[in-house]
Amino acid sequence: MNCRDLSCEQCTVGDPEGPPILRLVGVDKILDGKKVLDHIDLDIPRNRITAIIGLSGAGKSVLLKHMIGLLKPDRGQVLLDGVDLLHLSRKELFETRRRFGMLFQSGALFDSLDVFGNVAFPLREKTKLGEEQIRERVLVILRKVGLEDAEGKFPDELSGGMVRRVALARAMVMDPEIILFDEPTTGLDPIIRNSILNLICRTFHDHKFTMVMISHDIPDIFNWCHHVVVVHGGKVIEAGAPKDVRNSVNPFVHQLVQGDIHGPVHLM
Amino acid sequence: MGAGCNLRRDKIDRRNGKKGKWMLFRVAERVGGRALGATRGLGRTGVFLAAAVWNAVVPPYRGRDILKQIHFFGVKSLFVIVLTAAFTGMVLSLQGYYTLRKFGSEGLLGAAVALSLIRELGPVLTALMVTGRAGSALAAEIGIMRIGEQIDSLETMGIDPVRFLVAPRIVAALVSIPLLTAIFDVVGIYGGYLVGVKLLGLDAGQYFGHMKASVELADVVNGVWKSLAFSFLIVWVCSFKGFFTERGAEGVSRATTSAVVISSVLVLIGDYVLTSVLL
Repeated sequence: MNCRDLSCEQCTVGDPEGPPILRLVGVDKILDGKKVLDHIDLDIPRNRITAIIGLSGAGKSVLLKHMIGLLKPDRGQVLLDGVDLLHLSRKELFETRRRFGMLFQSGALFDSLDVFGNVAFPLREKTKLGEEQIRERVLVILRKVGLEDAEGKFPDELSGGMVRRVALARAMVMDPEIILFDEPTTGLDPIIRNSILNLICRTFHDHKFTMVMISHDIPDIFNWCHHVVVVHGGKVIEAGAPKDVRNSVNPFVHQLVQGDIHGPVHLM
Repeated sequence: MGAGCNLRRDKIDRRNGKKGKWMLFRVAERVGGRALGATRGLGRTGVFLAAAVWNAVVPPYRGRDILKQIHFFGVKSLFVIVLTAAFTGMVLSLQGYYTLRKFGSEGLLGAAVALSLIRELGPVLTALMVTGRAGSALAAEIGIMRIGEQIDSLETMGIDPVRFLVAPRIVAALVSIPLLTAIFDVVGIYGGYLVGVKLLGLDAGQYFGHMKASVELADVVNGVWKSLAFSFLIVWVCSFKGFFTERGAEGVSRATTSAVVISSVLVLIGDYVLTSVLL
């Protein structure tokens, strides 16, 4: 199945205008004396793929970490279905995180566990499933990401693309509602990159998770998402459907989309 | 001419005055920043300690992880402990024999070796050896997990990293380091026996007889208290340093080095404090 344009009936089911699953309201964050997030107001639509784009150091990863409560805002709210993550106790926050899956840029696989062990890890730690049920579930997920033959391999024996696929399998195995991707394709060659994006798309097609993805694959990413957010200098400067962002009159967005060296951002 | 000169001097003085003020502000800012940083660091250390103790004490316990860590701290440190203990006992015996002979008291060699080992050298040297072998590895392992985002990954799965990584290590260290200390003491005493009795010709009955008469239960208990305290200290410092590693591979190397240095120094300071309290 090729899900490249996300326009099939399956991929557009649900109401994008409905209440957002995640909402950031007036979020400020200062790290090492630098304002990394500056009054961020952002809605993440339910059952949609949202891409966050921007220059390196714009605050995208910090923004993603706020969405799952890994970082706390200095000011503002992070609302998950209307509940402020900041007001949850540590135990409640850990429970809430069961609704999330996250794929880190490096994969963040545990070196001491093989592929099977890594994917089975959340099931063993957070569920009371028997070993037989866990095995069944892990093998189904590994088949989905095309790694059924690699279950005994350790992370240092895997290629970059395989590491991301294992990490995606681990993020999906608990059947979360929201999956966050921190640059899932950075550092991969174009073929592997497209295969990962296609895999994400297929996963969305099959499961309808809400997905939030940080990406530098501009302009390709516009074909792989329903909603684009542009972050610059710790602020959201544009958000909307890919075609609207692509046609934005904002000079920075225009420069970013075109990859132009001339524009408001001078790097040299 | 004179009035112009005065005006210029006034301007310069005012400028210097402003500069001086700014300098003062900057110094105050820097000192304040350092003080705040130190206070924040202390607070973080305390919170980390409280979380580690809470998670080590409150069930559910991670039995398999505890056993794995006992193997890591205990079994894997055994060789280096036996080797260090044997030579420490031997050199103690050698030095002790010639010192005691000056006073015609070489018969007390067994007691001197045993008391030195059980009360001081056993707990301290075992702690230092474990710090060098296991503490550094612990700081590096957790540090690599931090910079590899594995600790963040645990958090996103809803797993408390302190419970998962630190608590089993605290329990394992509290079990294995006192046992290693006991092994150190026994091997050290036999190392002293080898030199004192077999090499220097002291009577075996005299060596063990005086030992039995001089060593009391309180000496052994003091040694156990010390090794328990050092076990806790080593895991706390090394896992804290690894847990808050920053800035890539260089950060891991810095965290590992400072974990070993701080643990070793704290063991020696702790030894003095505990000795003065327990004596």
